[in-house]
Formats: sequence, C-alpha cells, structure tokens
Amino acid sequence: MSTSWPLWEVFVRGKRGLNHVHVGSLHAPDAEMAVRNARDVYTRRNEGVSIWVVPAEAITASSPDEKDPFFEPSGDKVYRHPTFYAIPEDVPHL
Amino acid sequence: MVDDLAARFEHTVASEARIEPRDWMPDGYRRTLIRQIAQHAHSEIIGMQPEGNWISRAPSLRRKAILLAKVQDEAGHGLYLYAATETLGADRGELTEKLIDGKQKYSSIFNYPTLTFADMGVIGWLVDGAAICNQVPLCRTSYGPYARAMIRICKEESFHQRQGYELLMTMMRGTQAQRDMVQDAVDRWWWPSLMMFGPPDEESSNTEQSMAWRIKRNTNDELRQKYVDMSMPQAAKLGVTFPDPELKWNPERGHHDFGQPDWEEFWQVVGGHGPCNSQRVAHRRKAHEDGAWVREAAAAHAAKARRSQEGVA
Amino acid sequence: MSFDNAYEALIDQEDAHWAFGTGFSAPLEGVDREVPTSVDAKDLVAYCLMLGDDSLILSQRLAAWCSRAPELEEDIALANIALDLLGQARLLLTRAGEVEGEGRDEDALAYLRDEREFRNVHLAEIDCGPGPGGDFATTIVRLLVFSSWKVAQFSRLRGSADPVLAAVAAKGLKELAYHRDHAAQWAVRLGDGTEESHRRMVAAVDRVWPFVDELFHANAVESRLAGVAVDPSELRSEVDGVLDAVFEAAGLTRPGPIPTAFVAGQAGRDGVHTEAMGFLVAEMQHLHRSLPGAVW
Repeated sequence: MSTSWPLWEVFVRGKRGLNHVHVGSLHAPDAEMAVRNARDVYTRRNEGVSIWVVPAEAITASSPDEKDPFFEPSGDKVYRHPTFYAIPEDVPHL
Repeated sequence: MVDDLAARFEHTVASEARIEPRDWMPDGYRRTLIRQIAQHAHSEIIGMQPEGNWISRAPSLRRKAILLAKVQDEAGHGLYLYAATETLGADRGELTEKLIDGKQKYSSIFNYPTLTFADMGVIGWLVDGAAICNQVPLCRTSYGPYARAMIRICKEESFHQRQGYELLMTMMRGTQAQRDMVQDAVDRWWWPSLMMFGPPDEESSNTEQSMAWRIKRNTNDELRQKYVDMSMPQAAKLGVTFPDPELKWNPERGHHDFGQPDWEEFWQVVGGHGPCNSQRVAHRRKAHEDGAWVREAAAAHAAKARRSQEGVA
Repeated sequence: MSFDNAYEALIDQEDAHWAFGTGFSAPLEGVDREVPTSVDAKDLVAYCLMLGDDSLILSQRLAAWCSRAPELEEDIALANIALDLLGQARLLLTRAGEVEGEGRDEDALAYLRDEREFRNVHLAEIDCGPGPGGDFATTIVRLLVFSSWKVAQFSRLRGSADPVLAAVAAKGLKELAYHRDHAAQWAVRLGDGTEESHRRMVAAVDRVWPFVDELFHANAVESRLAGVAVDPSELRSEVDGVLDAVFEAAGLTRPGPIPTAFVAGQAGRDGVHTEAMGFLVAEMQHLHRSLPGAVW
C-alpha cells in the first residue's frame, strides 16, 4: 500500500551572487518532478532564483553541520506576508 | 563507548547546541521526537480541512486568495515536519498510514467544526495564536531539523495570525450580523484554544523528560497563562469578549486569572469522540487512498525511465 | 531572538526581510488604464469577462483539490495554479468593471452576476474531480488542454491594443506556461505509468474532448474586437501541435475534433452553460449574497 516516492534534498540560490543553500527536502517520483515540486514548496514566496535537487541517498556526508536558509520576500503574492494586513499599532503582540 | 556518546549527547543538549541527524542519540529521544513531530505534522495536514471547508464559499476574491494560500501553507508545514521525522528514520507514507488508522494523534482543535466565515478569522487569531505560543519556543528545540522547520513555520504563522485578526477587525466594522458572527465564533473557539496547550501540568505525563531533553521548552500551564495574558488586550481592541466569567486581571500575580476548560470534553475529543474526528480522518484516508494509483503510476514511470536509461548506457 | 514573548520573538529577527518585506508593487503598476478610443467599451467589458471568468471558474474547480491531492507536493502545486488563475481573474474582472464605469468591482462581478451572465467556456466549469465528477487524470487532461489553449491565446494577447489586457497577458503567460508544463509532466507519467493510470487517462480524454471544440469558436464579440481580442479560430494548429507532442510522449492518441452542438447557437461565451455551472455559482456566491452590505 505504501509506495513512497524517494526523498530529495533541495538547495536554493536566494539571489544572484549567493551559493545554493540547503532549504529542506521533499518527495518526488523523479528529478524533473522534484525540481518542480521544489519550486512550489520552497520558493512560493519567491525565495530563490535557482534550485538544485539531489537524491537524498546520493549525498555522502562528513558532518551534519548545516546552516539556515536565506530567503527573500515575494514581490507578487503580497497576501502571504504579515505586513499586508493593516493592524493598528496599539494592538499588542500582533 | 555508549557512555561516551551519551555524555556527549547530554553535553550538547545542556549547552543549548543542536543535535543533528547523524549524531548519536538515545532511543527514547528519537522515539519521543518522531512521535511529537509526526503528531505536529498530522495536525497541520488535518488542520487544512476546517479552513479548506470555506475556500469555495469565501465572500470576496481577496479573502479566497488569502484562505487558499493559508491552507496551502499548512500543507507545506506538514511537509517540512514530515521531512524532519525522516531525518530520524521515519517514513512519511508509514506515518500517514498510522494517522488514518488512528494509531497516531493530531491536535484536537481540528475536531471542531467551522460553521461560519468568522471562524476563518478566529482560527487565525486564536488557534494560530495559540499555536505560535506553543511553537516559538520550539524554534530553539534541541533537534536541529525540527528547530529549523519550526523557524520557517513560525514565520509563516505570523502571516496567518495577522490575516485572521485583520478579517475580524474588518467584520467588526461591518454590519451587526457580522459582529454577532464574530462573537459567536469567539465563544465557540475560546475554550478549545485553551485546550491546545494540553492538560494541566500535574496531569501531563511527558513533560519532565521532554523538558530535560530540550524537546519541550515550557510547561503547558506556563504557555496557557502567557496566551491568556496576550489575548485579553487583543480581544478588548477588537470589541469581543471571552466566554469566561472568571477571567480578570490579578494585580498581585501580574497575570490574568481564568477558568478551566471542560477537561472532560477535552479527553472525549482526544479519545476520538469529538464533533468531527471521524470525518477528518475519513477525509484524509480518502485522499490518500484515491491518490494511490497516481503515486504508483509516477513511480512506475520513473522506474521505466531508469531502466531504459541504463539500457542505453 | 527573545523568547519571553512569543510574538516579539517573531518580530525580532535578524533576517527581518524574510516575512516583513516591504515595497510590494501592484501587478499592473504603471500600466496605462485609458480605454483605447477605437474600441467599443461594451465589447471590451464582455471580452474581459470572458477571459476573467475562464480563470475564475477553473480556479474555483482546482481549489477543490486542496487537502485532497494524491500527495502533499501536488496539493501545494495545484493550489499554486489555482492562486495564479485567481490572480488573473481579479485583474480581468477589475478591468471589466472599470471599463464599464458603473462602479462594479471584482467582487460585484464575481458574486452578484447570475449564472447566465458568466462568459467562461464550458471546459473551465465541468466537474473533473475530486469526487464523483472525475479524478486526478481528468483534472490533468482538462488542465493540459486549458493551459495549452490559454498559452496560445495570451501570447497573442500581449500585443492587444488594450494596454491592460496586454499587461495581464504578459504576466499571466509565464504562469500559464508553468501550468501547461505541470500538466504535461503528469500526462506523460500517467499515460505511461501503469495499466490503471493509462486506462484512466484514456477515459479522461474521452470525458474532456467534447468540450475542446468550443475553445476555437469565435464569438461575435471577439470578432468585432480585432486588434484587441485574439481570434480563437487562429489558435487551433498551435494547440494541436502542443497536445500532439504531449500525447505522443504519454502513449495516448489525440482524438480529432468532436463538434458539439451549441444550444440555439449559444454556448459559454453567450452565457449558456452546462448543468454543473449553476451549482458552482450557487456555492461560490452563497455567503456573499446572504449578507448584503457586509464588508470582508
């Protein structure tokens, strides 16, 4: 019953001039779908200009030391961003 | 040898550094994490349903876009969290089977029905607000992949909470029927939102070890108090009240006093007898089972493509 | 990061640009909104409604997959496509309202028109699932045909004499090309995958094909709006070419045209719809209509 697709690691270049950075992983049946899924899952707020996907099983690791990803805000789907919602300044903690 | 490893693990956790996937970790730590993260992932996925219920009927195109984007985010959150469990050796497919077989739980709040569009606002404000209280401390939980997933999730949750509050403010400026709708939704969701922090500390079984492992950072009652204190001025600003006669500021404690939710109802819902438990699980099961042929087909195509590539090479 | 207060901790971010970015630009900022003098405003309104309703109604259908897709990644992908289409619909309905000049905004047009005033093609409105109306294969075949047709239409519309339509087309074309690619990727996988997926794809093509012919039928409004509107009858060979390539890779056969009789010469562009449309409109509009004067 459980036919899981393989796991892929996703790397995104946040903007030109930066390295690709690991942002997470996802499942996909093959590389072409993986890179498309990565676009939808990890860059839906326009956080990247380039995506790499690598089969998780193809990674050889020395140390698990990883850094957090770097993201850019989206220029389009503005409703995804908290500042789109006008809240009076005197409402605490929101 | 194991003692060395265990000592290193304890030291890493105690010094607030992160445990990473290939580090040695005690079996109990791994098991507890998988259970906790999976339960959190399941909550995100089941949590799509009560809000998804209103996408087709959203009363303006702007609200429709916001709601769809929000429910989509929840799928993303579930995905990030399942990925975190996979760094611990779990498998998303197996976890999904456990969910639909009722072997793993999800947050009970999603077993309540969404009856009006005001519920979309109140879920954003109160339910996501409570989730943020629970989740922000987890951004520095000891397990690296979980902490990183939580940072991303918390950032997106802040969009969710603000859109909820903004919807309610807009509705409160509207007609009397809309204001009544908002108050009705607040009345229905207030107590379940307090239950989101879990049972009182003296009845909570997992807290102590999880606090020591830095998987959990605050007790249920601490977080509940924080949530009540934060929500009160927001309610006043909005012009709604909470359905709790005991709720009032206590200057001596420097906190609000408040009544206890109906814990019997809580345990009933946790036990599978909430208003929507069977509906939510059946919905998830149907999506998973209806999708099986699609997942199989894509896997079969990929296998054929690999074989033909190897044949050529 | 401070953790004394949950909300402060969210705001106190080193990478504050992440969630609190500013400087959002309206999608059509700087675009000339004057109605070209050579254009009949009434026709332009009708044409904007045709295009806007195509996107709105298909978005409504696709959004129904939310929480029901075969896998989480696909749930997110279908929601993205629905959001793109909804975004296009909002721009187009807004344009229709402003050209009309009677104070109707996107919501007045989406929520307060009756079924017979909607101008979308039938392909957008038919129920292709989830649920008894179809399945994932039907949804993919419909999306493949719709987006292939829209790519052909929008690529020409970029040269429209109406500057707003041209701008909407330029923005929407990139989105539609992605939708077409997504559908094509799936069509190939499902057509080739297993016996069951192949069988479902063949059935899906049978289900969708009677609604394809309407896409290439020019309505009187489109014919009168030369230079502003795209003549749909010009699109057929381009669309057929795209579909042939995908169908071949998928191991499927593209049926020839199935001419479907209109009702007294009228179809979606004239406001004559399938039986499914009334239910779709009723569900979409119910809340908005039941609270007149409410603000959302």
